[in-house]
Amino acid sequence: MGQTTADKIFAAHLRDEPFPGTKVLDLDRVLCHEITTPVAIADLQWRNKDRVFDADKIKAVIDHVTPSKDSKTALQAKMLRDWARRHNIKDFFDVGRNGVCHALFPEKGYIRPGFTAIMGDSHTCTHGAFGAFAAGVGTTDLEVGILKGVCAFRQPETMKINLQGSLPSGVYAKDVILHLISQLGVNGATDQVLEFHGPVVEAMSMDARMTLCNMAIEAGGTCGICQPDAVTVDYLWPYIQDEYQDKEAALTDFARWQADSDAAYSQELTLDVSNLEPQVTYGYKPDCVKPVGEMAGTQVDQIYIGTCTNGRLEDLRQAAAILKQGRIHDRVRGILSPATPDIYAQALKEGIIDTFMQAGFCVTNPTCGACLGMSNGVLAEGEVCASTSNRNFNGRMGKGGMVHLMSPATAAATALKGEITDPRSFQ
Amino acid sequence: MTQKTFGGPVLFLDRDDINTDEIIPAKYLTEVEKQALQPHMLEDLQLDGFSPDAPKVAEARVIVTRGNFGCGSSREHAPWVFEVNGVHTIIAESYARIFRQNMFNGGMLALELPKEKIDQLFDLGRQSEVEIAVDVPNSTLVARNQQGQQLELGFDLSPFDRSLVEAGGWVEFADARY
Repeated sequence: MGQTTADKIFAAHLRDEPFPGTKVLDLDRVLCHEITTPVAIADLQWRNKDRVFDADKIKAVIDHVTPSKDSKTALQAKMLRDWARRHNIKDFFDVGRNGVCHALFPEKGYIRPGFTAIMGDSHTCTHGAFGAFAAGVGTTDLEVGILKGVCAFRQPETMKINLQGSLPSGVYAKDVILHLISQLGVNGATDQVLEFHGPVVEAMSMDARMTLCNMAIEAGGTCGICQPDAVTVDYLWPYIQDEYQDKEAALTDFARWQADSDAAYSQELTLDVSNLEPQVTYGYKPDCVKPVGEMAGTQVDQIYIGTCTNGRLEDLRQAAAILKQGRIHDRVRGILSPATPDIYAQALKEGIIDTFMQAGFCVTNPTCGACLGMSNGVLAEGEVCASTSNRNFNGRMGKGGMVHLMSPATAAATALKGEITDPRSFQ
Repeated sequence: MTQKTFGGPVLFLDRDDINTDEIIPAKYLTEVEKQALQPHMLEDLQLDGFSPDAPKVAEARVIVTRGNFGCGSSREHAPWVFEVNGVHTIIAESYARIFRQNMFNGGMLALELPKEKIDQLFDLGRQSEVEIAVDVPNSTLVARNQQGQQLELGFDLSPFDRSLVEAGGWVEFADARY
C-alpha cells in the first residue's frame, strides 16, 4: 500500500515513537508570534531552560497587534523581540518589516515541500499548500518545539479531496473551501489531513492554494496539503535557485513528497466546482454556508479585506477589479489590510492601493487586526462585517458583532452596494 | 509541575462545538500571566440559561459537555483559564485536536466518552447537582447526584496521554526524554 504526502513526511521525520501511534517528529520550522510565544518564553526562563534548539529553524513575527496598542501588547512584543535578539534568531520581523505570519513566512521562502512546521496558531495548516506538514499547536507544544525541535502527533489519517471541473468566473478558492467545510462540518476532518487533488487545485496559484489550506482547521483538519508541482517550484525559485541546477531538478526532488497513486485514504470526496456559486457564511460557525444569492441583500456595516486567508496580492487584485467600478456605499466603511509589506508595496506599484482608496477604503498596515477583534476594526454590538477572514464565531470581531465570511471579490461587491452582493454582477 | 487533582462538582454545558473564543475571548490574549485570565472563564459562551457569573460556574471542578469541544483557535489560554479556575477535568463526546492536546500537555484530563454515556451523565444532572470522582490509575469515574444516584463509568486513556498526566505535562515528559 502506498503513502499519502503526510505519511511520507511523518516517516522521514520520525524521531521517536514512545508509544504505539504516538509519533514524535523532528521539526524543520518552529514559527512564532507575539500572542502565544511570550508565555512559552516566560515558562522556559522560569524553568531555567531559556534556550533554543536551532536559531535558524525558528522564525518569529509580531503580527496580531502591531504597532502595539497598549502596555500589555507592547510587553508581548518586547518579550518576543528581546528573546529573538538574545538567541540570535535572525529571521525576526519587527514593526515595518512585519506581516501576517501565514502570508509572510511562505513569502520569505521558509516553507518547502516535505517540511514539518508548527506554530502556536491554528491557521498554521496554511503552509501545507507547499506540500508540507504544518500544524497549529498550543503554547506547550511550541515551548517544547523551541527547546527540543520536536512535536508529538497521533499519525493523522488523510482524506483525499478531488476538485474536478473548472472554477467559473467570479468563483475562487475561498468559495471552494467554504463549500467544502459546509459539506464536512466543523468537525468532519478532526485529526485528519485534507489532501487536495485534481485539475482545479493544479490550476491554482500558490496564493489560492494557501487560501484553500488555510481553512482546513475550520473543518477540524490538522493540515491541508497540496501536491508540490511546477507552480510550487516557480514560487520558491528565488529562494532555491542555488540549491538546484534548474527548475526541472527541483521539481524532481519535490515530487518525492507527492502521494503515491495507491495511497490509503480514510475517505475520498469529489467535488465538481464547475457550477459552484460564490459562497457566504451565515450564523456563528464556518460550516453555516449558503450560495451568495440566498444571502444577497443582507446589510452590512463594515467590509474587511485582508488576513492570512485572503490578504495576498491575488486577493487584492480580485477585489480591486470590482472596486474600480464604483465607490463604497455611503452607509458602510471598508478596511484593507494587505497581509505583508511586500504585498503592500506591490499593490502600490500596481495601483491597487489607489483603487481601494479612491473607492473609499481605509488602508491599514499589515496585521491580523480585526479578524479576531484585537485591534484595527473591532465591531460594535449589533454590527455586521463582510470579511475575507476565516472565522465567524460569535463575538470574534467584537462582542455582539456578526461576521459573514466570503471571497475578496464578494466582499468588494458588497462594499459597493452596502449589502451582500454577488460579485458576478460586476463582471 | 505536580499532578493535578481530578474531580469535584460538575458544570454541564449542553451544546456541541463550544469554541475557544467562547471559552476565553481573544481580547484577553494580551495577558502574559495565566492567573490574569481567571475572571473570564466561559465569558462569551452562547448557551440558554448560562451565566458565567453563576456560583456553580465558580464551584465547578469538572465540565461535562457534548461534541467537538474546544474547536477553533490553538490558544492554550483555553485550558489555562480552566486550570486557574480549578477545572482540571473535561468530559466530552469529542474534542478539537489542538484543545485536547493542550489539556494533556498541561497535565490535565480531556476524557472522551460515547454519546450514550454522556447522556447518562446529563440525566443524572437533571435531578440535582453532580460530583464526579476520577480514578486515573484505574481509568474509572464515579458520578453521584444529591439524591445518591450513582453512575460508575470506565474511560480509555492512551498510554501517551496517561504519561503526560503522570509526568505533569509535555514539557516534563519531553525534557526527560529528548
